[in-house]
Amino acid sequence: MTVRKNQATLTADEKRRFVNAILTLKRNGTYDTFVTTHNAFIMSDTDDSDRVGHRSPSFLPWHRRFLLEFEQALQAVDSTVALPYWDWTADRTTASSLWAADFLGGTGRSRDGQVMDGPFASSGGKWTVNVRVDGRNYLRRALGAGVPQLPTKAEVDSVLAMATYDMAPWNSASDGFRNHLEGWRGVNLHNRVHVWVGGQMATGVSPNDPVFWLHHAFIDRLWAQWQERHPASPYLPAAGTANVVDLRDTMRPWNNVTPADMLDHKKFYTFDAA
Amino acid sequence: MSRLTRRSALGLTASAVAGLGLAGTAYAATASGSTNGVVPAAADGGTGRMDGMDHTGHDAPAPFDEVYQGRRIQGAPAHGGAHGGHHGGYGVRIDGKELHVMRNADGTWISVVNHYETFANPRAVARAAVVELQGATLVPLA
Repeated sequence: MTVRKNQATLTADEKRRFVNAILTLKRNGTYDTFVTTHNAFIMSDTDDSDRVGHRSPSFLPWHRRFLLEFEQALQAVDSTVALPYWDWTADRTTASSLWAADFLGGTGRSRDGQVMDGPFASSGGKWTVNVRVDGRNYLRRALGAGVPQLPTKAEVDSVLAMATYDMAPWNSASDGFRNHLEGWRGVNLHNRVHVWVGGQMATGVSPNDPVFWLHHAFIDRLWAQWQERHPASPYLPAAGTANVVDLRDTMRPWNNVTPADMLDHKKFYTFDAA
Repeated sequence: MSRLTRRSALGLTASAVAGLGLAGTAYAATASGSTNGVVPAAADGGTGRMDGMDHTGHDAPAPFDEVYQGRRIQGAPAHGGAHGGHHGGYGVRIDGKELHVMRNADGTWISVVNHYETFANPRAVARAAVVELQGATLVPLA
């Protein structure tokens, strides 16, 4: 059984294996297909029409399935690898070991935002940004520039306290847990972290930065924690909602998986600590 | 550096908004939706009705055309048909290349370049994209 660990606790060997599996997927072209898929949904998910991956109730099950697919691709390269998660309430500075040269590398240089160290620096020759929205083909970051502070534990707790999963109109204007976690409303958790990292992470092609997976693995863990706190609160909406993935509707692009299939993460993996 | 660039760029628009006394609904929308204190560019009659050009059921923001930090930014309500992908029925270009933009339910805007933070109107989205691009050219998405 896959165990997803806090990135801060990974051994040097676990970091090396995770990075090498990602670089293998990059080399064989698999990695970029994930970037392409994500951006297609980013551009097509809209508040007033069909929405699946973002700004909708299925934001959480969609990304759970998306991460599972990526994790399975990593495990096809190295069966010992699991997705780590980044608890940005705890590891909230640029000095975190997450950003060291033996893991994801650090922030970008001032001139052009280019990441200059670590395995994903363009200068290493193994990480070309191919799926992009502008001409720059190097990984960029500007840690803490777009917004100065990552969310705090108290802010996370305030969102985990929300007992209703999601509410009409089931989009970026909704009240409830999902939209506060996603960040279009309220203290802003998920969206703010994308902005804090900057570079490609702030764009529709955000999976170009491997930290995307660690960020979303933590968002996914917060969903699991919310379920534990509110065992009587179901995924909503249940049925019959236009433009929105109801509990037993299938989700694009897979078309064979529903939010109901994704509710129990323990079918697929566990976390290192409750 | 990018922090200074963004701050200085937005400081300008903040002054413009304050000076023009436009801190009404547009400002409130951004203040609630934005994560970094981004203040909208001057509203420019941003909610002005474009009779016969709005295909979304919303009032489309007014067109604009200016040079911002050395880049030509343009925005206009999209005409039907040619660009079905324009969410919000509004097209934005930087040096002639399309910037994919989207209107949020609360009336704020995002672009594919700044996808996770909201802006009051398409001009503010275009200006933020210019800052983010640091001179790079937009490319069409496959």
